[in-house]
Amino acid sequence: MKTVFQKPEAMTDVPMHYCPGCTHGIIHRLVAEAIDSLGIREQTIGVASVGCSVFAYDYFNCDMQQAAHGRAPAVATGIKRVRPEAMVFTYQGDGDLASIGMAEIVHAAARGENITVVFVNNAIYGMTSGQMAPTSLLGQKTATSPRGRTVEEMGYPIKMCELLATLDGPAYLSRVSTHDSRHVLQAGKAIKKAFEMQQQKKGFAMVEVLSTCSVNWGMTPANALKWMAENMVPYYPLGVYRDVTAKEGN
Amino acid sequence: MAKTLMKGNEALSEAAIRAGLKAFYGYPITPQNEVPAYMAEHLPLRGGVYLQAESEVSAINMVYGAAGAGVRVMTSSSSPGISLKQEGISYIAAAQLPCVIVNVVRNGPGLGGIQPAQGDYFQAVKGGGHGDYHMIVLAPGNVQEMADLTTLGFDLADKWRNPVMILGDGILGQMMEPVEFAENQEPVNVEKPWATTGAVDREPNIVNSLDIIPEKAEKNMQALLAKYEKIKEEEVRWQEDGTEDADVILVGYGTSARVARSAMELARKEGLKVGLFRPITLWPFPEQRLRELAKPGRKFLAVEMSAGQMIEDVRLAVNGVSPVYLSNRLGGMVPTPEDVLTKTRDIVQGRVN
Repeated sequence: MKTVFQKPEAMTDVPMHYCPGCTHGIIHRLVAEAIDSLGIREQTIGVASVGCSVFAYDYFNCDMQQAAHGRAPAVATGIKRVRPEAMVFTYQGDGDLASIGMAEIVHAAARGENITVVFVNNAIYGMTSGQMAPTSLLGQKTATSPRGRTVEEMGYPIKMCELLATLDGPAYLSRVSTHDSRHVLQAGKAIKKAFEMQQQKKGFAMVEVLSTCSVNWGMTPANALKWMAENMVPYYPLGVYRDVTAKEGN
Repeated sequence: MAKTLMKGNEALSEAAIRAGLKAFYGYPITPQNEVPAYMAEHLPLRGGVYLQAESEVSAINMVYGAAGAGVRVMTSSSSPGISLKQEGISYIAAAQLPCVIVNVVRNGPGLGGIQPAQGDYFQAVKGGGHGDYHMIVLAPGNVQEMADLTTLGFDLADKWRNPVMILGDGILGQMMEPVEFAENQEPVNVEKPWATTGAVDREPNIVNSLDIIPEKAEKNMQALLAKYEKIKEEEVRWQEDGTEDADVILVGYGTSARVARSAMELARKEGLKVGLFRPITLWPFPEQRLRELAKPGRKFLAVEMSAGQMIEDVRLAVNGVSPVYLSNRLGGMVPTPEDVLTKTRDIVQGRVN
């Protein structure tokens, strides 16, 4: 019998806690497929963050550390500096990376820390039940912006790829989406590229993956994908914001 | 090896490198700045990593990562910076990671000042961050001990998989004294099969402090507390002098113990029977020995550069058998032997309640 589809080796066979319709599961799989395709599972050390992906250490079949809220880039730095041969990645949400962990991500990027960051942006705090995130869109209703996010009260959403692209440190910055299969495939390529950057010692690589939170957005999974395509993608334009290998003509 | 004249901050740094330090993550703050400067100068040339973090918060989380990756790692700071590290220390204690954290204490609270003090005692020995945990806390009394207890600190950290704090102060960090290092010291090589080093031919290792299932979380806590009980049994250290016949026993650690020693010598010249008890481990506190020393008629005088923090542990230890008094200075002021002597005379002559 021919096997046409199977669990990546870099994933464990553990039921995930994610809500039905959540795109975290897809993104986990893309990370695991990238690790498998590069053959780096045994040298990979992942760093889970705080938020919905807090249990990522149970889902990736490689050595893992669980970091305090927002501190994953610092923990990853601590690991990578003493184990430069290891492939170190963080998996962080928008509250973790773009709010409480802003200092850690900016400085890891500025140092050109040779790590891979998978940044899952679903524009809301999911684990704590739907509060406003630094990346929540203007007008977006959440538990803590019940009348919708306004500029006057809460200011503007933060565009992390654009922000980090002002620094000289990053080697690779890319924003991708998971709203349809074509974009999921593109996201997989970007994540693989972010690991290759580390393998080639190019420095800091981050992929921002737009993601849904149908439960806390109050939508069906299908409508959440549609909402993401129609609202998030226009505000957070997809594309490559930095690629040092492109300059080199690769 | 010949003795070298060094600052306390430099001596502990040299000791750490000799103990096999592989990474130092720090952030500038007075009065510990000689530590990162020494590390930046020497560590990269001797096989380690020096990195100045963007904050104390990041520095301690870098320590978490490197400790979890199985190497000897440390950070240093001073009081306000140590407050910022508390989050990370709680995670490190919970994940049972070995590391050494140096606190060259200055006066607080708040921004306080930059003078030597001992106001971080509670924070160091009672946990400091959230949750039920302890660091092993070592209190050097001179520059040689700044070095020796740092060496010991790395061994204890690895032995118990627990964070160790070196609790110094601005005087111990800044002053120069002769210090000697052992010849050809070989760092103890401790196997760390739990560390995240890459899952080659084994199941993945996970460094973690989370367990949301209460039954399991309680078991984890019981295991942690059982470890603390063993540490209490095996690692208590102290020094005492003239306690056998003492009517008054001065209790102090670090710089306060030096002042207390001078006060004891002055008192003995006057014919007063005064002894000195110097805890070297502040956690575990030498409560058993203090309990043995307590008896009716004998009095204790805690000498501190704080509002009176260690005195609470002395009182818990003697448990009402002996009265415990306080001689202290605040705000970065250092008690003089005469201050302590005056208070000792008052106690002997019954002029204090």
